[in-house]
Amino acid sequence: MASIGKIARRSFLIGSAALVGGVAFGAYYVSRPAPNPLSAPKGGATLNPFVMIAPSGITLIAPKAEMGQGVHTTWAALIAEELDVDLDQVRVLHGPPAQAYYNSVILAEALPGKGYDRSDFAHALAEQIGKIGKVMDMQVTGGSTSMPDGFERMRATGASARETLKQVAATRLGVERASLKTERGAVIAPDGSRIPYADLAVDAAKLTPIEADLRPPAQWRLLGKTQPRIDMLGKVTGTAKYGIDTRLEGMKFAALRMNPHLGGRMTKFDDSAARAMPGVDRVVNLGNGLAVIASNTWLAMQAVDAIDIDWAPSPNPADTKAVFERITAAFDGAANSTLRDDGDVSVLPLGAQEVTAEYRVPYLAHATMEPMSATALFTGIKLEVWSGNQVPLLVRKACAEAVGLEPEAVELHTTYMGGGFGRRAELDFSVYAARVAFEIADTPVQLTWSREEDMRHDFYRPGAVARFRGGIKEGKLVLLDGQIAAQSATQQAMGRWLGLPAAGPDRGTVDGAFNQPYAIPNFRIRGYLADLDIPVGFWRSVGSSMNGFLFDCFIDEMAHVAKRDPLAFRLELAQGVHAPSAAVLEAVRDMSGWSEETPEGIGRGVGFCYSFGVPTATVIEVTDRDGQIEITRAWIAADVGTALDPGNLEAQLSGAMIYGLSAACFGEITFAEGAVEQENFPDYEALRIHTTPVTKVRILENQTQITGAGEPGTPPAMAALANALFDLTGTRARQLPLMHGFDLMT
Amino acid sequence: MPVSLTVNGTSHSVDLPDDVPLLWVLRDALGLTGTKYGCGVAACGACTVQIDGEAVRSCQIALADVQGDVTTIEGLGTPDALAVIQQAWSDHQVAQCGYCQSGQIMQAAALLAQTPDPSDEEIDIAMQGNLCRCGTYPRIRAAIHSAAQMMPAPMKKEG
Repeated sequence: MASIGKIARRSFLIGSAALVGGVAFGAYYVSRPAPNPLSAPKGGATLNPFVMIAPSGITLIAPKAEMGQGVHTTWAALIAEELDVDLDQVRVLHGPPAQAYYNSVILAEALPGKGYDRSDFAHALAEQIGKIGKVMDMQVTGGSTSMPDGFERMRATGASARETLKQVAATRLGVERASLKTERGAVIAPDGSRIPYADLAVDAAKLTPIEADLRPPAQWRLLGKTQPRIDMLGKVTGTAKYGIDTRLEGMKFAALRMNPHLGGRMTKFDDSAARAMPGVDRVVNLGNGLAVIASNTWLAMQAVDAIDIDWAPSPNPADTKAVFERITAAFDGAANSTLRDDGDVSVLPLGAQEVTAEYRVPYLAHATMEPMSATALFTGIKLEVWSGNQVPLLVRKACAEAVGLEPEAVELHTTYMGGGFGRRAELDFSVYAARVAFEIADTPVQLTWSREEDMRHDFYRPGAVARFRGGIKEGKLVLLDGQIAAQSATQQAMGRWLGLPAAGPDRGTVDGAFNQPYAIPNFRIRGYLADLDIPVGFWRSVGSSMNGFLFDCFIDEMAHVAKRDPLAFRLELAQGVHAPSAAVLEAVRDMSGWSEETPEGIGRGVGFCYSFGVPTATVIEVTDRDGQIEITRAWIAADVGTALDPGNLEAQLSGAMIYGLSAACFGEITFAEGAVEQENFPDYEALRIHTTPVTKVRILENQTQITGAGEPGTPPAMAALANALFDLTGTRARQLPLMHGFDLMT
Repeated sequence: MPVSLTVNGTSHSVDLPDDVPLLWVLRDALGLTGTKYGCGVAACGACTVQIDGEAVRSCQIALADVQGDVTTIEGLGTPDALAVIQQAWSDHQVAQCGYCQSGQIMQAAALLAQTPDPSDEEIDIAMQGNLCRCGTYPRIRAAIHSAAQMMPAPMKKEG
């Protein structure tokens, strides 16, 4: 156990963050430094929880889930920028679960503020709330928070390590620290000789870390420029190891089959045939399903499918129609939230034209390319788990509970993830692997979900129904009254993560609607929570994945009622409220050569959504190909405040758009007998290379706060496509997926 | 009875039932985890390997039906000696999560062997069975065009 003094010294980054942010700490319990979880490497030292230096090389810790968004590269670049090392000379590891790696901003995402109009007080409040994340085990990757979380902390970490290393060299050489320079992992003495960091690290770890000012962006070497991804070589050679690629000596392979009637138990089963099948080791009873352990994953899948099982019914409404009736019934109760209530929506302004519309979106699966999988080894006193997950501290705790150990007795390795999109913020796949390993002590076992299990046992993006009433007067939107009903993904997930009861206004239901930066004099958004227990969770862009379509398409309808150009209509609403939002609309207008009239056979639509602090506008062009509709071109503009890696941002925004378009075109999870009807990709299609539009992306930097970009590209894509289809066909889509109303190219 | 098969130039003897798909022989018996499981029904292309140069879905070929030499992503090139197509993939920074990319690359390599300088339409036809949930398609297309230009001339059909 490290002494308090050692802990304080090693965890200097908290002090650095306080210095940079100028923030006073709250209670000691919340603000005390978290211990450094790293031990010193051979012949070297750990200078803080993020930097390890040894004769064998420099290791940076990027304790964020690498699920494709490039976070390991940009996170490492933040440290490397100030540490004066280059990315080709460092190794980047995810590191162990630890409070030191808490996400300092994610809890603030739940605050009810609109975001774009945040006051200094709101910023300070958000920072204080963020700190509570440390003691709540919030080592979370999600909500596009990694860059706001790391932008100052990681540069401060790198700068402090650099100055401390320089101090050791200064003392040795008998010169002033300020006379020394640093470059490519070495201190440069006044005479030009180089002292590698590895020669200084052990002594540096004995010093009180020295804090340093951050360099201005004009001096950046790495940040602001596209960096080669540190995971690229592994991913183009098949050598990058995902959770499903974990291979251990003597390892067994398992498959599972859980009750498809969601929430139902298992009443009885007959596994005699399965146990006689080739390669089968044993059958494990998981209560609401079974797992088979075998010598090969496929043999395990065959055997688990061969078991005769009686399932108890689901407590949920039987079919999709009944589910949506339950969602709609939420409108009859009290509103859960009224996070926007400007002016007075009770009276239609004199002379205004009133329009009402009802919209809905389906439940959606995440459908990561890598199905859920985790590997575990239980020895009776220790559990080791290999899992691609977004919440390591929570996974460790849940796995410990599952096998009756303390969290400290669980060693968790967080691997690369073959897609996350929010699915890997759940605990289930890791816990099932731990429970299976518990039954076969001292033998490592990998549990892999078939695609069918993955799709039928997701935590789905909630289905939603929205009711809008709008008022148009003299070509202007003078009233908008919106009601949105859905299950709360946030409340359900908080219950699973922390055992917290559901309470308070649920921002997730109305995100992407209540906080749109529009000047509408009478503007109200209310949220209603549906009383349903269908498993729901965080899906790329969360509430904005619903409201980006629901809200923006109604805005498009209003533009047409007002007989205004839809892009100019939105621009006018944003101007004077939030200049960066207006700027992204102007950018896509200019990029796409937007005009009010489109040629025969071509449709264009614009979509806009302010989400995760990022105003994003998308224009989609569709083309009629002899009756079939092809999505031909797309333009995206987004303002991320500070663009740390332009190439990666382009990939994230364009990829997030494709993810959104896939859902808008083809994505729906439907129910029969309380079970999900879709099983595999043929039932849950997505865009493919020939159906993906030619896309141009522009990154703007007008905002003062840095933001993330993994999610904001998704919401406006769905609306832009629906609005383009209206332009082409005159048919207004008020439901997704669009394949039901339009003949889309597949 | 053990079945023998040649993967990346090495012959292996595998003691598994005849009907185990090649995918699961590679991954679980031979430890070649570069080939990925995505759907098991030939709908995503993540498991694409080559048999005698032809791109096939390894989830659909039973062990007993493997006739010919198997090439997986590990046999195409290594981190120290990238194949031309892998270099193009790296140059264009194609991968995001990267899980589908082994299959994408094996499919694209087979395309280029058949069609050394493919048009966009030829790329569409060859690659539409390979799903990417991250949406890296524009960069995949660019990387295939680049690889076509990078290939040494004798490998192209017409000079």
